[in-house]
Amino acid sequence: MWRILRQITRQGLCSEPPPECSDAPRVEAGRIHDELLTILGQALAVRQVDAGSCNGCELEINALNNPYYNIEGLGIRFVASPRHADLLLVTGPVSRNMALALRRTHDATPEPKLVVAVGDCGCSGGIFGEGYASCGRVANVIPVDVTVAGCPPAPIDILRGILTAVRRCRAAPG
Amino acid sequence: MRIAGFSLDCERLPAPLPIWRATVRAETWRVLARGVSEQGGRLLALWASDCTRGAAGSLVVSSAYVVREGLLWLDLPLGERRSSYPDLAPIFPCAARMQRAAADLLGVTADGAADQRPWLNHGAWPAGCFPLRHGALEKNSEVAREVSDYAFVRVEGDGVHEIPVGPVHAGIIEPGHFRFSVVGEKVLRLEQRLGYKHKGIEQRFTELPPLEAYRLAGRVSGDSTVAYAWAWCMALESLAGCRVSERAASLRALLLERERVANHLGDLGALGNDAAFAFGLAQFSRLREDWLRLAREAFGHRLMMDCIVPGGVAMDIDQATSDRLARQCDLIEREVQALRQVYDEHAGLQDRFMTTGRVPPELAARLGLTGLAGRASGRAADLRCDQPWPPYDRLAVKMSTQGNGDVAARVAVRFDEIEESLRLLRLLLLQLGEGETRSALRLPAKAAFGAGWVEGWRGEVFVALLWDGEGGANAIRRCHVHDPSWQNWPVLEHAVIGNIVPDFPLINKSFNLSYAGHDL
Repeated sequence: MWRILRQITRQGLCSEPPPECSDAPRVEAGRIHDELLTILGQALAVRQVDAGSCNGCELEINALNNPYYNIEGLGIRFVASPRHADLLLVTGPVSRNMALALRRTHDATPEPKLVVAVGDCGCSGGIFGEGYASCGRVANVIPVDVTVAGCPPAPIDILRGILTAVRRCRAAPG
Repeated sequence: MRIAGFSLDCERLPAPLPIWRATVRAETWRVLARGVSEQGGRLLALWASDCTRGAAGSLVVSSAYVVREGLLWLDLPLGERRSSYPDLAPIFPCAARMQRAAADLLGVTADGAADQRPWLNHGAWPAGCFPLRHGALEKNSEVAREVSDYAFVRVEGDGVHEIPVGPVHAGIIEPGHFRFSVVGEKVLRLEQRLGYKHKGIEQRFTELPPLEAYRLAGRVSGDSTVAYAWAWCMALESLAGCRVSERAASLRALLLERERVANHLGDLGALGNDAAFAFGLAQFSRLREDWLRLAREAFGHRLMMDCIVPGGVAMDIDQATSDRLARQCDLIEREVQALRQVYDEHAGLQDRFMTTGRVPPELAARLGLTGLAGRASGRAADLRCDQPWPPYDRLAVKMSTQGNGDVAARVAVRFDEIEESLRLLRLLLLQLGEGETRSALRLPAKAAFGAGWVEGWRGEVFVALLWDGEGGANAIRRCHVHDPSWQNWPVLEHAVIGNIVPDFPLINKSFNLSYAGHDL
């Protein structure tokens, strides 16, 4: 136990003091947190759906949970069910074998049912394109609010995409 | 080459590893398989190709075996109007799903195979249409099809119930379906259904410009982008007779070892987390982030995608970068050593890790468990040690093996491999060698075969290429890419038997298999 405590105290809070190579993202993350609270006044629940990605986007979405980005500290949480989610974070070109599961997940999500398509494949089909087994971009299967380009996009870009969707949702009437 | 008393007429491909190719007949297909098995060899991959040209040629089934001498690629032309071949699953159980995939994609069936259910085709294309046959797709109309039912094996008895999980999972994970049959908390049986991510990658390879397709290879499984890009480029270089310089080879190994460390760091954190030890996730994910950020600065991409290109590498590093990379190795080594001690001494964590998800060495050998998970079950195989190709031939890689085959063993192998990779990285950085980072590559004006074989962090990645350069065609006719997950997914079904349901995420993570690399 003392080793754990020593490691924790020795390491300190790496979310707080900006690490040498990440000054900009850190400041950006703080700003996003403030905006999120202003807009939503509460937490944001995200359901991630991999609809056929190469798993590169998942690695970067997972990175959002590390202490540098500390996304839960920003009030954004990944949830286990679409029924708990405000927003779907969808990756991949949608494979034909996943199209039905994606549609059902979308149906199960309550309003505001925001959708952020992550990665070049989610935006346009990417290098996989459309074919006998690929439906291409996410928007070919379910309505998409915001797209985040990149292969894969950096964690901070994904975070920015999530916030853009939330902001648009507030701007929209009703 | 002599196998089971047969003298095979083999052609050696000009790859940096010993890869041999031969054509065989249906009578010898199983005899050879048995011979390989008896010699302690293993089945690496099985796939099919459409090698018809007009009225000539036929469908071909291919297998790749790992034997003492290297890799043996066997082609079995099926002959006119034939579409079946002898079943290999009784000899190599891992062949079963590969044969089912070949049946879905090319309509070739294994004679008498016990399991003939579709595997990759969930109803996205009609049962009689085989997408990798020439001209099949033009005939296939683009109507959306119904998802077909799948006949899961039912377990019956008092108190048995089923828990269906997926394809959309509860975390940030790839899609796949798991059907658990349980009594109380105890798992009696797990049956997987994969193929949800099938997006036609092998077809796509034949549509892209040959010198651009390495980018697709780097996206077969994003966590192994370096391993796939290297294997794919090796295949293209072998059919073009292109040799990469010493420096390019060293830089490739530098990327590959960094990929291994990055994935092991991520997995060790996630394994801690799955055993309710959030401290582990916080610490290891911080180290992984530091690792990826320096990769972004040094190589231009956090996951090092598109850094390996046909003929060499896309970038070089200067002395200052090299020093930074070496310093980071020292730093990470110290941190990982401290964390290993924490993991080893944490009773609660060890209680979850030890004896959980056990694959004993005998079972691992029978089912063909491979790669990292194989080494944790006493299977001493690592391409970097067994067939050291440049630059591994000057690095004397130390293999890590464990005998217990449980989650704890797979954790230990990861810790050992991080340490060894950090040693290799420092050695490589001391002497990257000379030469052009990218050599010119001339694709031949004739038909040619190419193969690439690389030990990625998960296990062996293999790529087979059929090149057509005749009459200015200059096209890839067939590209097969193989992920070690094909071998290990079925073994996971065995690893969870008798464990409790809440341990499944932990066991699954300890294997950390690729869905994308398997589904293609």
